Amino acid sequence: MDTKNLAYVRTEMLAPAPAPLSTSTVSGWVRANLLATPKDTALTIIAIALLLWTVPGMLQWLFFDAVWSGADRSACTTIAQGGVQPDGWKGACWAFIGDRFQQFMFGRYPLDERWRPILVAILFVALLAPLLIPKVPRKGLNALLFFVVFPVVAFFLLHGGAFGLDEVETPLWGGLMVTLVLSFVGIAVSLPVGILLALGRRSHMPVIRTLCVGFIEIIRGVPLISVLFMANVMLPLFLPTGWTIDNFLRALVGVAIFASAYMAEVIRGGLQAIPKGQSEGADSLGLSYWQKMRLIILPQAIKLVIPGIVNTFIGLFKDTSLVSIIGMFDLLGIVRLNFTDTTWITPVTPITGLIFAGFIFWLFCFGMSRYSTFMERHLDTAQKR
Amino acid sequence: MTDHAAMAPSEARTLRSYVYDPRYRGIFFQVLTLLIVVVLGWWIFDNTAENLARSGTASGYGFLRGRAGFDIGQSLISYTSDSTYGRAIVVGFINTVLVAVLGIITATIVGFVVGIGRLSKNWLIAKLCTLYVEIFRNIPVLLIIFFWYKGVLDSLPQVRDSLALPFNVFLNNRGLAFPKPIWGEGAWLIPAAFLVGIIVTIGVARWAKQRQAATGKQFHTIWTGIGLIVGLPILAFFVAGSPLTFDYPIAGRFNLTGGARILPEFVALYLALSLYTASFIAEVIRAGIRGVPKGQSEASFALGMQPAQTTRLVVVPQAMRIIIPPLTSQYLNLTKNSSLGVAIGFPELFSTTSTTLNQTGQAVEAISIMLTVYLAISIATSLFMNWFNAKMALVER
Repeated sequence: MDTKNLAYVRTEMLAPAPAPLSTSTVSGWVRANLLATPKDTALTIIAIALLLWTVPGMLQWLFFDAVWSGADRSACTTIAQGGVQPDGWKGACWAFIGDRFQQFMFGRYPLDERWRPILVAILFVALLAPLLIPKVPRKGLNALLFFVVFPVVAFFLLHGGAFGLDEVETPLWGGLMVTLVLSFVGIAVSLPVGILLALGRRSHMPVIRTLCVGFIEIIRGVPLISVLFMANVMLPLFLPTGWTIDNFLRALVGVAIFASAYMAEVIRGGLQAIPKGQSEGADSLGLSYWQKMRLIILPQAIKLVIPGIVNTFIGLFKDTSLVSIIGMFDLLGIVRLNFTDTTWITPVTPITGLIFAGFIFWLFCFGMSRYSTFMERHLDTAQKR
Repeated sequence: MTDHAAMAPSEARTLRSYVYDPRYRGIFFQVLTLLIVVVLGWWIFDNTAENLARSGTASGYGFLRGRAGFDIGQSLISYTSDSTYGRAIVVGFINTVLVAVLGIITATIVGFVVGIGRLSKNWLIAKLCTLYVEIFRNIPVLLIIFFWYKGVLDSLPQVRDSLALPFNVFLNNRGLAFPKPIWGEGAWLIPAAFLVGIIVTIGVARWAKQRQAATGKQFHTIWTGIGLIVGLPILAFFVAGSPLTFDYPIAGRFNLTGGARILPEFVALYLALSLYTASFIAEVIRAGIRGVPKGQSEASFALGMQPAQTTRLVVVPQAMRIIIPPLTSQYLNLTKNSSLGVAIGFPELFSTTSTTLNQTGQAVEAISIMLTVYLAISIATSLFMNWFNAKMALVER
């Protein structure tokens, strides 16, 4: 067989291709990641132009031209507006944040009693941190303290009215404190209720299933603000005449109901992912329904949906800001309240306040999402051999 | 055999055996639950009736025919303060749909661009898109709405110093005023031509597909379609004799008169909802595209397809299957979040309903209307997206 004259076989060697670009040097990295193709080059140029157009102005506004100290509005207004700044001045008014920082954290909580929320915050961090670090032992005891003992202690510390502590009515609560209390209660209630709802939705009993499906779908089909509004307007109507129910409690009920419905769907996703064999195996061991769920199904299901659960927490945390619409002063509400305060009424106050509130919300949410990513990876490695 | 017989249910079942029988237990618990729910429901109903009777509120939906007496700044249908409450709620509903539809379109486009951008090999673009997603995803949407409304739109000039843009468009802190188109006689030809264009394009697409399946010849359906859908209405416009005049806004001393106006509330709500939801859609798109195994595009390259063809014919159809369900829930979230317009006074459904509630005191009726409408929107969107999902789903044997 003549192998020399096959048309598709090359007779001479190709010239060697140029060596691939080194990506280890700076110029090589730039060429590979920023200028790989003409299209990439164009995109890079557009992006740099965009950055040059926005970032310097933003930095100027946020930091270089910003006012860092002052006692009232004159620090952040131009001479024409009755202040000390030169005409045409524009910049952030951080002095406003500095002056009102305490209020943004605690609302109108009495000054002499502010050690109480601070103590609760310290307890919160001290109990939460070991719960979040996987290596710390005694998770069961820790969780018990955090979810059962801590809420009771926190209630008496914040609300008072017992153990020689003065009572602080909930209308005086405000700021970040309210945001955190609402989110914590929402999270602590929604997890068990969500699990029950999810189990109910997958139950074989038609009455229970229908009730759970109806509840979940109705709550998920309407906006949170309407649920809050309903809790605010309808709850007093539903109760016998003469029963009063605290505004704060109404918001708590609304948030908890809403979060539970979303949590139920997340948990259901996890339950559906567990093979039927697990349930059958538990049945064949003679475990009762609750034993089966508690020992076999739920531990696996919840582990699967931890990212989803954390996402629900993040959503809940952000959604607590809606209580400002029904007249409560959470972080966003108290910042908005200050827009109309004559001491600090300036053209730049609202946007400075909003940026500050946004940054606080962002810190918490970003922290939670980072932790969720970390946890996902941690649990993932546990599966690997 | 004897063992088996002993296990079979006998007539002499003890009470104990009934208690431990899952069937009877199930029935018992269901009856118990039903009983609790019914009693609770009756208790709530009774209390509500008593409370309403005490406050002297009449029940029923008759109030919908009463005079509303409040103004609505933006309405697509004619509305004055003399209109009925029912009409006010309809105006709110239309505004909700308007902001939701526009928001969904914008959020999808922005989300798609950012989602693709995060997967870009260009380091700078990828980082910028990540930055966008991480910022907007972690801030409450209400705060973003206020940011646009209080922070950005508030700093626009007063009415007398309106920014005059080309084509008689004026921008000030009361919104964007622009020439209002007034359609003359024969204007119906234009939407009719648009519809005909769409129908003909669908026909052409079918024909082209059949021809390609039969002969392998390709046809430029896209260009033909654009020509038909854009060209026919333009043709109809001239055939009907250009039936279009404009009502121009005129800058007066204190106010602009004439023309149409977009409220700053609308712009703030629309921008905030679009940009917020876009960050979630970007993540959905990214996850969808990354969910298509690399082997798929490699196989497509091996078949000799161009990168653009690979994206269009191999990657996107498969990614869509992953994308559609979470995309649906994002669309629903956007629609529901449009109720936050109430915080800045945009007259959407929630806002007009709660104004109605405040004026009439018909809490139960007003809230029931609002909840029903939102539920109906949610169900309609899910049904449509489920249909679309079923169409796109993997066809298995």
